[in-house]
Amino acid sequence: MNKITERLYNGIIKENPTFILMLGMCPTLAVTTSAINGLGMGLSSTVVLALSNLIISALRNIIPDRVRMPAFIVVVASFVTIVQFLVQGFVPSLYASLGIYIPLIVVNCIILGRAESYASKNPPIPSLFDGIGMGLGFTMSLTIIGLVREILGAGQAFGKQILPLADASTGQAGYTPISIFVLAPGAFFVLSILVAVMNVVRKKSEEKGKPLPAAQGCLGEGCQGCGFASMCSGKSMEEIQATTEKSEKE
Amino acid sequence: MKTLLIILISSSIVNNVVLSQFLGLCPFLGVSKKTETAAGMGGAVIFVITIASFVTSVIYKFILGPTGLDYLQTIVFILVIAALVQFVEMFLRKNVPSLYKSLGVFLPLITTNCAVLGVALNNVSDGYNVLESVVNGFATAVGFTIAIVIMAGIREKIEYNDIPGPFKGSAIVLVTAGLMAMAFFGFSGVI
Repeated sequence: MNKITERLYNGIIKENPTFILMLGMCPTLAVTTSAINGLGMGLSSTVVLALSNLIISALRNIIPDRVRMPAFIVVVASFVTIVQFLVQGFVPSLYASLGIYIPLIVVNCIILGRAESYASKNPPIPSLFDGIGMGLGFTMSLTIIGLVREILGAGQAFGKQILPLADASTGQAGYTPISIFVLAPGAFFVLSILVAVMNVVRKKSEEKGKPLPAAQGCLGEGCQGCGFASMCSGKSMEEIQATTEKSEKE
Repeated sequence: MKTLLIILISSSIVNNVVLSQFLGLCPFLGVSKKTETAAGMGGAVIFVITIASFVTSVIYKFILGPTGLDYLQTIVFILVIAALVQFVEMFLRKNVPSLYKSLGVFLPLITTNCAVLGVALNNVSDGYNVLESVVNGFATAVGFTIAIVIMAGIREKIEYNDIPGPFKGSAIVLVTAGLMAMAFFGFSGVI
């Protein structure tokens, strides 16, 4: 029981995939135009994450090590297809606004990252709760980012007008929406402020002697979650070539 | 011809894959520190996406569509793309060493790039035929190259600037990306 609560706490707070690990930035930027979209995307990913973690963990002793990546991808892609049809059938409005980003859950690095780093090494039940915890952490972050963008960009929260809008024709005073926040550039600005805030938090917690887990995504030092970390992260052509040649010799 | 031209301009500039669809963000942030590396990555992406759009669109049109298996598209596309990238890498290494030398190192990085799968899925959802799909794939990848090369050029200059502490590193890169996205927004009236 302790293990389960520990996994949930780990996913939602301690290693929150968006705020702390900085993984899965494509969907984070693309779908957070409103809190509802963020919530929908987060919950879809949670279902995929939990079920694929469960299945991968149950099959971890059967899948040969050499072909584990393709095997993981097939499992994840199957669940993504199921979720895609469920969303299309039961919440068509959400399906219309998320569009292509639902099938793209397959390449979300949180899911393959958890499969590789946790589910393939641990028994099914903790893996299931690891998936649920990570998924809920992702959902929470997407909803918060979506809420901030929606309030700033439209004065709304979950589709309800919470800030009365100014009306020039009647001379009524009110909130003038900064509509850039619901458009593409706003996503980059919100994320950059989030990264800057996290940099400050990270520094503070290091000074206190309790460092946060390192960022793993492309916004961190490298892309540890990605499997090609040693090659990527802004090296020059020669350095990348040298790394590849070295790994080929081995 | 006119449709192809519209697809070309709309996918490469107006609906830029990185700056308005947020696909391929990882290489955009990770491989954009030097202009020459960025250009190499762009070249490899053009190469892979164009071939991948052709192959996935042929598979969809002639295998998945007629047999009514189109609900398997996500699974089939991701596996085909992963296998294709491996195959292209082996082929280039054996037969075109000069091209392999300049693009080869970037190929493994592209396997899990969401832009490749994104283009393949977009081709299906927009109902493009094989030729339109190839043009759309090529144009999308050119859009990616434009964005990453401009970004690398700006980042080389940013190195010499005095940036506030918390914004050092990836935060200032995201601010730059946001400004670039605003600039590209200006193209939205073109088509």
